Amino acid sequence: MSHRLPERDRPWMMRTYAGHSTAASSNELYRRNLAKGQTGLSVAFDLPTQTGYDPDHELARGEVGKVGVPVAHRGDMAVLMDGIPLGEMNTSMTINATAAWLFALYVVAAEEQGVPEDQLSGTTQNDIIKEYLSRGTYAFPPGPSMRLVADMVAYTVEHVPRWNPVNICSYHLQEAGATPVQEIAFSMATACAVLDAVAERVPAERMPAVFGRISFFVNAGVRFVSEHAKLRAMTVLWEQLGRERYGVTDEKALRFRYGVQVNSLGLTEAQPENNVQRIVLEALAVTLGRNARARAVQLPAWNEALGLPRPWDQQWALRIQQVLAYETDLLEYPDLFEGSKVMDGLVEELLTGAREELVRVEDRGGAVEAVPYMKAALVESHRERIARIESGEQVLVGVNRFTETEPSPMLGEDGGILVVDPGVEAQAREAVRAWREQRGDVSAALDELRRVAASDENIMAATLAAARAGVTTGEWAGALRDVFGSYRAPTGVGEAASPAADEALRDEVARVSEALGRTVKILVGKPGLDGHSNGAEQIAVRARDAGFDVVYEGIRLTPAQIARSAVDEGVHVIGLSILSGSHRELIPDVIAALDGADIPVVVGGIIPEADVPALKAAGVAAVYTPKHFELDRIMHEIVALVAARNGVGAAA
Amino acid sequence: MGDGEARGRGAELGARLAAGDRSAAPAALNLLETRTAREGAAALVSAAGEGAGHVIGITGPPGVGKSTLLSALLHEWRSRGLAVAVLAVDPSSKRSGGALLGDRARIEHDPADRDVFIRSMAAGERLGGLAPATRAAAQALANAFDVVVIETVGVGQSETDVAEAADTVAVVVQPASGDALQFLKAGIMEVPDVLVVTKADLGAPARRAEEDLRAALGALGADAPVLTVSAIAPTQGIAALADALATHGENRDRVRVRRLGALADFVHEHGERGLRALGGRRAAVRWLAEQDESLDEPTLYGLLERRNQPNG
Ligand code: B12
Ligand SMILES: Nc1nc2c(ncn2[C@@H]2O[C@H](COP(=O)(O)OP(=O)(O)OP(=O)(O)O)[C@@H](O)[C@H]2O)c(=O)[nH]1
Ligand SMILES: [Mg+2]
Repeated sequence: MSHRLPERDRPWMMRTYAGHSTAASSNELYRRNLAKGQTGLSVAFDLPTQTGYDPDHELARGEVGKVGVPVAHRGDMAVLMDGIPLGEMNTSMTINATAAWLFALYVVAAEEQGVPEDQLSGTTQNDIIKEYLSRGTYAFPPGPSMRLVADMVAYTVEHVPRWNPVNICSYHLQEAGATPVQEIAFSMATACAVLDAVAERVPAERMPAVFGRISFFVNAGVRFVSEHAKLRAMTVLWEQLGRERYGVTDEKALRFRYGVQVNSLGLTEAQPENNVQRIVLEALAVTLGRNARARAVQLPAWNEALGLPRPWDQQWALRIQQVLAYETDLLEYPDLFEGSKVMDGLVEELLTGAREELVRVEDRGGAVEAVPYMKAALVESHRERIARIESGEQVLVGVNRFTETEPSPMLGEDGGILVVDPGVEAQAREAVRAWREQRGDVSAALDELRRVAASDENIMAATLAAARAGVTTGEWAGALRDVFGSYRAPTGVGEAASPAADEALRDEVARVSEALGRTVKILVGKPGLDGHSNGAEQIAVRARDAGFDVVYEGIRLTPAQIARSAVDEGVHVIGLSILSGSHRELIPDVIAALDGADIPVVVGGIIPEADVPALKAAGVAAVYTPKHFELDRIMHEIVALVAARNGVGAAA
Repeated sequence: MGDGEARGRGAELGARLAAGDRSAAPAALNLLETRTAREGAAALVSAAGEGAGHVIGITGPPGVGKSTLLSALLHEWRSRGLAVAVLAVDPSSKRSGGALLGDRARIEHDPADRDVFIRSMAAGERLGGLAPATRAAAQALANAFDVVVIETVGVGQSETDVAEAADTVAVVVQPASGDALQFLKAGIMEVPDVLVVTKADLGAPARRAEEDLRAALGALGADAPVLTVSAIAPTQGIAALADALATHGENRDRVRVRRLGALADFVHEHGERGLRALGGRRAAVRWLAEQDESLDEPTLYGLLERRNQPNG
């Protein structure tokens, strides 16, 4: 084999994960990004759209248009894709619980452009298991959710052959603390669960085609050599599963196809400019070796841990990809690691670990049944990661080492982030009401949807009909909730190991508990639709290890639910965690719902400096952000707060 | 809080519960759980008296589906117009003393509904599945709520503790796990008042579990009802279970609960040594059975203490 390729490789597909405020402003952003040389679209939806609520639903409060674009009906989708030729575009949609619905809206938008569905190419994320494990935008219980996934696969494999109906995600597992072995094993187990569910809905001879349509969405952290090995290991394991478990022989169908967003969990709030180096190295992990190179890449921005990226920040991330693909010689060579002892050794190690872990998941009945096991395992891995960072064993430059710094010139007047106009929510509420007024009667379409949902028929035909009839996102999901019921995923915190915690801290908690007459009790709450659970989970686990009684009910609670729990449970302090940007609305809502009950409130998450005074004025006692990485210190401060509020003096 | 103040507060909260004031529940629980306010707790319990509400213990191995079942039952009870209190007990970490209390997450309810009260309790150092204040709390809440449910973890040992606090004990069994069956056959577990096989939506394993339990009960000559339910949507068998629990509740034996409760408190305070001084558990139970049926729990406890220290 020559050490040069006869012809330079074509670059991977370059995307930017984008969308906010309204369909019209997101459309404008997409067009600008495409003009800058981006080669595909990656749509970020807002949380109400992802969880199946319209902008005027109680749970949508504070979230409309924030972290993505709201799409409530086919009219919004048409505006979002206006002027973008859908027959040529390759669109990735980060959509899961409501994937079948948003996909239907996309098909209808294409129809309106005169593009038949079999011309469409793109991806719906549609991996529900990782929503339970990490991402949090699930809507229905596991059984019906898996059926919706299977219906989509069965439909697209026949009617939209170039569509990737599911992107099995290991990305979000790493973001929730997974080790490389867990990433590989849990995502492969998920892929098997999806394939097994589809096998019940398509003829056996179609399964190789189905296998060939399954793609992955992976992650790469800053340990970029072993991260590359991880991708090679996934390539091997996927092919093996295809051959042995599903009898696939077609080489093309056996290929491990993946897109990437690189690691964001390790991107820091302190000295945020360092994130650029991290992102570049992570991009190498997924492009360096030709035998396991990404098909599509999107990179986070330098200000990831501060808040939402502005168009300029995203442009910088796109330019990293372009420099790598067009300026360097990366694409001129065959695989760089063939025959490398180091690489082969790393791959072998990962394969051994992943195979063992896969057996453990299988023993629990496969990925669906093993959700509680996998969730607990992730919380535990993340607990270990946090402990390593806190002790300094795992270095984070600028955070736990090399912290001396000059003032950063990069945080300009806007705080270095995009702030969405809070007025978009009211506009969207009005707009969806106006839409319902003018679109006519949709009750027949919704009845049909309920009938099909309760039957064994494929959901897609009724979903497409509802999309054409002008049904809204909240109505579609609401009809399915009527039939499927709702669900709360396990939190995984109860099973986390409880190592010997800081003695002084435990003594202090014990002392204050003794003085109060009962154990210090904290409620850790996640108001709104925000699914970022890492921080809340780790705070809950650490509080237990410090000796607190901890009430933690998981994500997606209303302010009323949180306030009621706090009062009924008789907690001494409430800790709220919000990362999605809805803190300005929801934190005061919780305090109002407490209705005068005298319980101090502390808040953590992605809270821009500029918002702290307003929160304090609303009654918040303390605000914590990612730069407060020492959990024990946070605990000390919370105990001190409880002591002070209850007239317990300092230790003698 | 001084003793006098605590007593006054306890008496006030107890009286409010006795009058059916459900909004007193959170503060009542705070007081009952306060280790340094025993006087206040005692005053609360005696001011509240013995409520007419039905106290139900739900127990079973970890993860079997107790909280989910409770959620479905809660829905059923609310639709029958019953006010419901839930006491969910979780174990505490031996190492830190702290606890993660997660059951209420699974119990779906409307936060605006004042006829529902849910409280998590950490078991602390107590073995046997109850927290120190659970029994007193259940008694007090039975004044203001029609149903008081205690959820505890366990199979094999801790049913006895729940039995001391509840009028009716239901053991929840996981299909395809033989634990409860083995414990039952071997006499490690007492025959509960009601047996529930959950996750009926899983099909055959649930049916088999039900048959096995019926056979085992037959062999033991016991006639406890066995019900199979599914607690997730679409639920099955929940109304029948609520009926079975209510039927047992109608024939509940409060006198027995009071006697066992007093003995449990005694054992907690004086340990095995105290029990030996009474001639062992069986002798103590026999002796209690001879006492006046109208005696309340604190009085029975006092009698046991006197027997333990005849000279004291
Ligand atoms: C990990 C991560 C995820 C994971 C979450 C996994 C999980 N189960 O938690 C995944 C990949 C699923 C994810 C998804 C999304 N994410 Co995200 N995510 C992050 C990321 C990279 C790290 C957050 C984290 O977990 N850090 C580790 C934990 C331990 O830290 P922490 O929560 O900050 O907690 C610390 C303090 O804040 C504080 N604290 C936090 N909570 C509490 C509570 C109490 C009581 C106390 C005392 C202290 C405290 O103490 C902790 C110790 O240091 C951040 C960016 C960043 N680097 O911070 C973006 C970020 C939060 N995500 C973002 C977005 C937009 C999303 C999405 C909504 C995108 C989309 N449109 O779909 C999705 C959907 C998520 C959802 N359902 O809501 C944005 C939010 C933007 C904003 N606020 O304006 C961010 C800031 C990235 C960005 N710049 O765009 N994400
Ligand atoms: N299929 C099915 N799953 C159920 C049913 N009931 C509960 N589950 C699931 O079983 C798991 C455990 O349920 P919980 O209700 O938390 O069990 P628990 O016994 O209260 O658990 P602990 O309090 O931790 O001991 C959850 O994932 C539930 O969704 C049921 O009827 N059918
Ligand atoms: Mg439970």
